[in-house]
Amino acid sequence: MLQPGNTLQLTWRARLESHLGMFTAELVTARAARLIDSRSGVLALQTLAAHLRYLAERDPHPALYETGRVILDHLDEETSAARLMVRFEMALLDELGFGLDLSKCASTGRRDDLVYVSPKSGRAVSREAGAPWADRMLPLPAFLLQGGEAGTDDVLAGFDLTGHFLVRHLAEPRAVPLSPARDQFLRQFRAANARSG
Amino acid sequence: MSRRVTGPEIERLIQLLARLPGLGPRSARRAALQLVKKRDQLLIPLAEAMAVAAQKVTTCSCCGNVDTADPCAVCTDPQRDRSVIVVVEDVADLWALERAGAIDALYHVLGGTLSPLDGIGPDDLDIAGLVERAAQGEVREVILAVNATVDGQTTAHYVTDRLQGFGIRVSRLAHGVPVGGELDYLDEGTLTAAIRARQPF
Repeated sequence: MLQPGNTLQLTWRARLESHLGMFTAELVTARAARLIDSRSGVLALQTLAAHLRYLAERDPHPALYETGRVILDHLDEETSAARLMVRFEMALLDELGFGLDLSKCASTGRRDDLVYVSPKSGRAVSREAGAPWADRMLPLPAFLLQGGEAGTDDVLAGFDLTGHFLVRHLAEPRAVPLSPARDQFLRQFRAANARSG
Repeated sequence: MSRRVTGPEIERLIQLLARLPGLGPRSARRAALQLVKKRDQLLIPLAEAMAVAAQKVTTCSCCGNVDTADPCAVCTDPQRDRSVIVVVEDVADLWALERAGAIDALYHVLGGTLSPLDGIGPDDLDIAGLVERAAQGEVREVILAVNATVDGQTTAHYVTDRLQGFGIRVSRLAHGVPVGGELDYLDEGTLTAAIRARQPF
């Protein structure tokens, strides 16, 4: 029951607030048993669980919880799982105060043709403004702006984008590297998509 | 404040016993008292047995089991099917399977499970030893008898990947209804796994 991915109803009881007390746990939604059958499912689960270690204790993040809940329900669908995980990583950065600003071009203010993200500021850059530094810019996959379906390359670009900022803002400053499960998930995703052609 | 009722030797015995799984300070105190009362029948033979075990117990260099010989009794048993290796997380799991007598195969103890959350990676487990054994050509099947937990199954998937290319059948234990289990008390995930793993009857 106490497995990553499951939703539990926890009740804490103690005589005084300062006491250690005791939890009773009631299983609300069992997902772990379904997900452990799928290689990508367990890797995604491990990755999400490891990401949550970056949050401070006793600091609620209701929006991230809701995002996580939706994503967990779709982790066994390999194609949508990867896309949703990129969304989760974006939400994690946002919740921790390092959200990317993809609303307009950092240089020109344009709101269309946004195809890059500045690796320093985390702000979107338009094709025209970013052209001279294209080799140093991070590609911005269209699904992060317009939603909808995403191809393999788009999803991998999304992971490169979030990975860059997760390392820069969370992993390196805290000396807590990103979970190896994330790399394994990406390898699995690439291999599965290569097989399916 | 409670007064000390025993000397430091008995207190030390109690403290050491309390470190054993399943024994708290109170039960350790009861066990120590029993040992002291039955000095000739229990305390001295136990001390001797423990001294001999401490001197002779070793870890099998082949499978990771603990025994007084290396290779262990399981690895040297000629009656066992040497083409099947059962992969377990811990020695306790090996002993549990042996108690059940469910299979006459060889074993491989990984020494834990992969757990990114706890920082346990492939190098912390004896996965390389398993791959080495699999590469020797005698093995036809590897049975992954790891726990039905997220960490256990992460390990199972990783081991499966590492064994690819050897032409070995990799199987895992079934997940589902335990013997004596009542459906009404099982969680939805276990029931779904049981339905998926249903068999002709």
